Amino acid sequence: MNPVRKQRLLLVLAVLVGLAIAVGLMFYALRQNINLFYTPQQVASGEAPLNTQMRVGGLVEAGSVVRNEETLDVSFDITDGKGSFTVHYQGILPDLFREGQGIVANGTLISRERFEAEEVLAKHDETYMPPEVQDALEKAGHPGAQKSSE
Amino acid sequence: MAFESFADFLAMGKHGFYVWSAYGISAFLIIASMVLALRGQGQVRQTLARQQRRAELDAEVNDESRT
Amino acid sequence: MLGSPRYFYTFSSSVLPWLTPIALVTLLAGLVWGLGFAPSDYQQGNSYRIIFIHVPASSGALMGYMALGVAGLVAVVWRMKMAEVMLKAIAPFGAALAAISLVTGALWGKPTWGTYWQWDARMTSMLILLFMYVGVIALQNVIRDPRQAARAAGLLAMVGVINVIIVKYSVEWVQTLHQGSTLKLFGESTINPAMKYPLLISMLGLWLLYAVNVLMRARTEVMWRERRSKWVAKLVTRPEKGEQ
Repeated sequence: MNPVRKQRLLLVLAVLVGLAIAVGLMFYALRQNINLFYTPQQVASGEAPLNTQMRVGGLVEAGSVVRNEETLDVSFDITDGKGSFTVHYQGILPDLFREGQGIVANGTLISRERFEAEEVLAKHDETYMPPEVQDALEKAGHPGAQKSSE
Repeated sequence: MAFESFADFLAMGKHGFYVWSAYGISAFLIIASMVLALRGQGQVRQTLARQQRRAELDAEVNDESRT
Repeated sequence: MLGSPRYFYTFSSSVLPWLTPIALVTLLAGLVWGLGFAPSDYQQGNSYRIIFIHVPASSGALMGYMALGVAGLVAVVWRMKMAEVMLKAIAPFGAALAAISLVTGALWGKPTWGTYWQWDARMTSMLILLFMYVGVIALQNVIRDPRQAARAAGLLAMVGVINVIIVKYSVEWVQTLHQGSTLKLFGESTINPAMKYPLLISMLGLWLLYAVNVLMRARTEVMWRERRSKWVAKLVTRPEKGEQ
């Protein structure tokens, strides 16, 4: 390669590598802000702030959903296996909301055990299959179908 | 066919609005980009042809004025 | 050889007549299969059918930007004319695909997640990708001298590749509302084959159509840049067979 091009190539690569490192460090430093939500583990450990507008995310614990048909009040526990707390919400839940499903809730943490949500979103995983396949899996006792987003 | 009838197909469960507007907007953007690419080609060709014709005419006029 | 504009023009003339119908038929086949014949999803029902345009468009936008980055590198370091042409030809369809990815993603998010938009890392970085495409196009239109424009746009294209990497890995590095990748390069995909094949076919179709669009735009650009050459002059007065 002729020297002029070589110099240009090295310069361009140096700039790109420098920039990539800068972006990487920024990404790392702002990691908590880039995360869309706090996990139950972070709530339990005290990492998540109390009484601030924020989002939490986790799996809806089986058997924990309590609904009040008249007021649309609903409460359920969310967990990530390392922590768990109760979410209180009033309103219509998304279609995909169900036990075992991953959700993201927007609201405030009142205490380490209680989160008051203004908005509940359903997360879904990257598994797609026809209903018949899911039925067959369930009959075979395969946990695959119930296993939801992380 | 995964649907019982054409009406079912259009309804997409109860998500017809979301599915069909997603495909409608996508089709519009893809077709627009293809049409613009095709039209650009035609325009450049026309412009060049016009320039060339003018250059040839100029050359003829110059030839006549010289004689 | 493809570095020569004239060779590129003849080469693309021989490729386009068969690549265009193949691309269109593949894309339509994939979409018809996906929309009408693939089974519905056990959780989402039929709204998941947006995947057949969302994933092809998103992956096309990402790949297109990688190609734009490579063209930028070659244009800046080697100053190759064809790389400058490609820099101009690749961007518009990529921008359209990025916009499609965002719009279809929002329309899919509403019935499944319960929201059109969240500022999570995947969606935000995808929006930045669209801005990057728009920036590259704008730079080329604002700077008069085509060679200088190519160098500026080439630099922006290369810098934007960092963002492409962030789009790709955002769902693995940080917590997002968006789920992980459905199709995995390595390892088993978590999508049923009856849904995977139409997805792969529409993806291939859209990528081929992207290639057709790039070839068409590159031909226009080559013709304009080489307008003072004899071969273009001849082409303009006597169109080659099979052209308008």
